[in-house]
Amino acid sequence: MKIPRLTDTTLRDGDHAVSHSYTPEMVRTIVRNLDEAGVRIIEVSHGSGLNGSTIQQGFSTHSEFDLIKVAVETAKQAKIASLFVPGIGTSDELREAAEIGISVIRIAVHCTEADVTEQYFRLAKELGLEAVGFLMMSHTQPANVLVEQAKLMESYGADCVYVVDSAGALVQSGVRERVSALKEALTIEVGFHAHNNLGLAIGNTMTALEAGADQIDGTLRGLGAGAGNAPSEVLVAVLNKMNLDTGINLSILMDVAEEVVAPLMETPIVIDRDNLSSGYAGVYNSFLLHVRHAAEKFGVKASEIMEELGKRNAVAGQEDWILDVAVELAEKKGLKV
Amino acid sequence: MSKIKAAILGSGNIGTDLMYKILKNEGNMELALVAGIDPDSEGLARAQAKGIRTSHHGIAAILEDPEIKIVFDATSAKAHKLNAQSLRVKGKLAIDMTPAAIGPFVVPTVNMKEHIESMNVNLISCGGQATTPLVHAVNRVVPVHYAEVITTAASVSIGPGTRQNVDEFVRTTANAVQQVGGAKLARAIPVFNPAEPPINMTNSVYAVIKEEFDEGAVISSVQSIVAEISSYVPGYRLKGIPFIDYRETPWGRLPTVVIMNEVAGDGDFFPTYAGNLDIMTASAYKVGDLYAAHFLGSKEVSR
Repeated sequence: MKIPRLTDTTLRDGDHAVSHSYTPEMVRTIVRNLDEAGVRIIEVSHGSGLNGSTIQQGFSTHSEFDLIKVAVETAKQAKIASLFVPGIGTSDELREAAEIGISVIRIAVHCTEADVTEQYFRLAKELGLEAVGFLMMSHTQPANVLVEQAKLMESYGADCVYVVDSAGALVQSGVRERVSALKEALTIEVGFHAHNNLGLAIGNTMTALEAGADQIDGTLRGLGAGAGNAPSEVLVAVLNKMNLDTGINLSILMDVAEEVVAPLMETPIVIDRDNLSSGYAGVYNSFLLHVRHAAEKFGVKASEIMEELGKRNAVAGQEDWILDVAVELAEKKGLKV
Repeated sequence: MSKIKAAILGSGNIGTDLMYKILKNEGNMELALVAGIDPDSEGLARAQAKGIRTSHHGIAAILEDPEIKIVFDATSAKAHKLNAQSLRVKGKLAIDMTPAAIGPFVVPTVNMKEHIESMNVNLISCGGQATTPLVHAVNRVVPVHYAEVITTAASVSIGPGTRQNVDEFVRTTANAVQQVGGAKLARAIPVFNPAEPPINMTNSVYAVIKEEFDEGAVISSVQSIVAEISSYVPGYRLKGIPFIDYRETPWGRLPTVVIMNEVAGDGDFFPTYAGNLDIMTASAYKVGDLYAAHFLGSKEVSR
């Protein structure tokens, strides 16, 4: 098995879990620790990608460009990455992030829509960025479809394509099939991004590595959308036990996870009913807090909303459908809307 | 009664659906020509089958006919930029269905009167036609500080032009939400959903309000504009009654009017789920018909 490159995305995926409230001080502390520990790539942006500060996705309390700037200035060794979702971000924000000094852009689309990424991959390469493709909601499509989509990204200039389990809905056989198929079909690297809705974030990441993945994602204490991600410190511990030395200092990671990141959580991230139903129904993890808001407003159960969103095949960016579903469920129950 | 002669430039899917809409409506226009550039195109064959004169000489065939007063440009932004000047020189009104946006944005229920003397008008985008009137309906009751519109359409209904330039959709639609809708600040976000069977187009509007307002008046204003739009886009409807949600915003915790909308197509040529395409051709038809009525009216006056 190959020693993987670990990207820590506490400051991006975790942004959902803290309702987009990261401050420059938090970013400085977390980046300093990750950098000292030897994590090579640190992702910083709104959870929904550059320019994600909206009603639909949640407004940020601090400008993400200020946060990215702090990250770039703080990191001595590590490269700073940002997420970019076409339609939420435009070329302007991609240029601005590059100007501030990010080194890696991860371009994310629903896993059937790769052809919208062409203009952004080309721009990223023009700007001299490492460009990573993110096939979100990968559980919804079989391996052959993901291969076609990944090949498009490769043809646009991607340096790596990730199988992204946005809903935490994949089990190990599903991860193996998808990652192996991409490894076989592509000449570029392949990555895997996990969520923990079915309790498989670490297990699935290990399966991805067995299937040949080159890059993996983690977040400190698992601080990510919904059920959270594979915790970076646990990943490093497991890789050490497997004699795969990433060169990352485990004790620094454990300390920052415990002392800095855990206190940021309003409640511990566990696989509760909402998160399990979300993963089971195949619903995008960053919907969680929006679903809870709607459930409370309209007097329906969050898990029922999750189930219905799964049936409707909602994709990333469709937080507005949560309200629609909640209103319909409330009307069905005869509740006053 | 005499009618105003109109031509469709572009014999692709949009031009073809528009042709069926002109043919099925007893309006103020007569479809005199469908012009494309591919003699073997399905659109031209369909026009011929309906007894409509066709040409594969594109814009040239339209410019040659002095009787044609209204031209629907269903080509591409690049082509429209080349066509606009010659249409203007020949005194023909251009209804631009491309993203070229040379002329002002028009939405039938909002700002036709302002631009009735214009010689080139632009139909914004599918999301723009669907959402700017909703923002306007709120803004005519109470000023909208910030509007955010989310347009979701079935993946299969999104053509390569949009896919290669998502930035253009985002900017054009957000600009129109400000200019036509009246919001002080605006964002527009497109979402493409690949569900099978394909979903209808849906739109959500969030309108953030900074002052006290009469909720009932806002809701009835929205309902009345929806009724007006559905008179020319029959599949345009509200999903639920608009409601007020309090949201944390950069301007504090503020009431946000949430409007959810669905657009099913009429199935003239496009499948019914493609409400995003139907609202463009239906709006183009409506705009053309209003201009034709205006031309007929002013002719009568000048007599």
